[in-house]
Amino acid sequence: MADVIGVAWATQWVRASAAAVGEHRMELIDLDRAIGDGDHGENLDRGFKAVLVKLDNPDTAPPETVGDVFKLVATTLMSTVGGAAGPLYGTAYLRAAKAADGATVDAAGVADLLDAAVGGIVARGKAEVGDKTMVDAWTPAAAAAREVADGGGTATQALRAAATAARTGAESTDPLVARKGRASYLGERAIGHRDPGAQSSALLLEVAADAAESAESAQ
Amino acid sequence: MNTATALVLVSHSAQLAAGTVEVAQQMAPDVALRAAGGTEDGRIGTSYDLVERVVTDLLDGGATAVVILTDLGSAALTAESVVDILDDDRVVVVDAPFVEGAVAAAVAAQSGADAAATGAAARTAVGAFGASAPDDATTADGGVAAESADAVERSVVLRNRLGLHARPAATLARKAADFDAEVTLNGVDAASVLALMGLGLTGGAEVRLRATGPQATQAVEAIVADVEAGFGEE
Repeated sequence: MADVIGVAWATQWVRASAAAVGEHRMELIDLDRAIGDGDHGENLDRGFKAVLVKLDNPDTAPPETVGDVFKLVATTLMSTVGGAAGPLYGTAYLRAAKAADGATVDAAGVADLLDAAVGGIVARGKAEVGDKTMVDAWTPAAAAAREVADGGGTATQALRAAATAARTGAESTDPLVARKGRASYLGERAIGHRDPGAQSSALLLEVAADAAESAESAQ
Repeated sequence: MNTATALVLVSHSAQLAAGTVEVAQQMAPDVALRAAGGTEDGRIGTSYDLVERVVTDLLDGGATAVVILTDLGSAALTAESVVDILDDDRVVVVDAPFVEGAVAAAVAAQSGADAAATGAAARTAVGAFGASAPDDATTADGGVAAESADAVERSVVLRNRLGLHARPAATLARKAADFDAEVTLNGVDAASVLALMGLGLTGGAEVRLRATGPQATQAVEAIVADVEAGFGEE
């Protein structure tokens, strides 16, 4: 049983994120066209592709900690995404990097890094739960991971609980009026549309859990 | 000379940022004004790297403070991320209307304002550009009624055809700020280029100056001389 995950998991998560964002690019673009400026899928896809390039660059020092991986993601997304998702995800990964500065992460560590990520997103975007933003996915995700950690679960279980909560959180944005971001200009016309940032957040957390589970089954 | 407080204008569009620099620079020729618009590959958006590089260059170039103005939401997020990570007290992001704020901040920086005063000028720019003159000028015609003993007053007619458009307004505002005096022009703060432009005065209009303070007379005389010289325009 792997109740700790590490650098290999973080690297696999990044690769799987790039693949998932590429696969769901059109879906995210369509969601963002409905209530935003339509560039979310495109921007994230470009950002994660750039992360892969950097990760595979022989000049990049091999990551020694989980935080090293996240830091590489953070700086690359900030530089390449262009829209609001760049600084928001960038800050999330940057804060998570500071919380995960070891070679491995246990269940409490997963909860810590998710808490840190939420803190970064809130600090940057100043949104609250219910504003129809990515905060609606990340906040319940961090809480779910904490519950698993407190109950003695594994890191992988904490990630799966976070992913499930993030998906439910993203779905909960459908009936909301947006109070932050470009969608807030639409008022009630945003009702019935899912927030693209919450959707991409759920997607990323799902592949984080997938990466942990595949590492576990490979052992 | 370069004044100490520098400005960075972050827009989703490279052209919008560059155009705003152009407008603001006209009124603040000595201020280090830099555009950081668009993404590095020329798309609409903002670039963390570009903003960071421009800010760092200004600090390396001797700016004592850098004030950043942004247009839409994600430009502010990018700028705030840069400030967060640089973790340098000399760099601040100001929440202000982009064009009006840039002009107001540039003029403030031109007259030697520090980062706090430059930011304050940007934040209050909308009021200064209002359709009518600012609050304290609603009684403009009788506004001088609140006489104080040492007030210096003069009336003079604008001679240049275009009147108090951007450049002369900036010249006049700088002059008003140069003296140890409180100067009003038709009831508005003569040291505020935006307030002056907001009056919409053209050639032939009468300008009523009123000044108080130790250098009230010198201030009024200097401004009258500029007005009578048509600000060097026809």
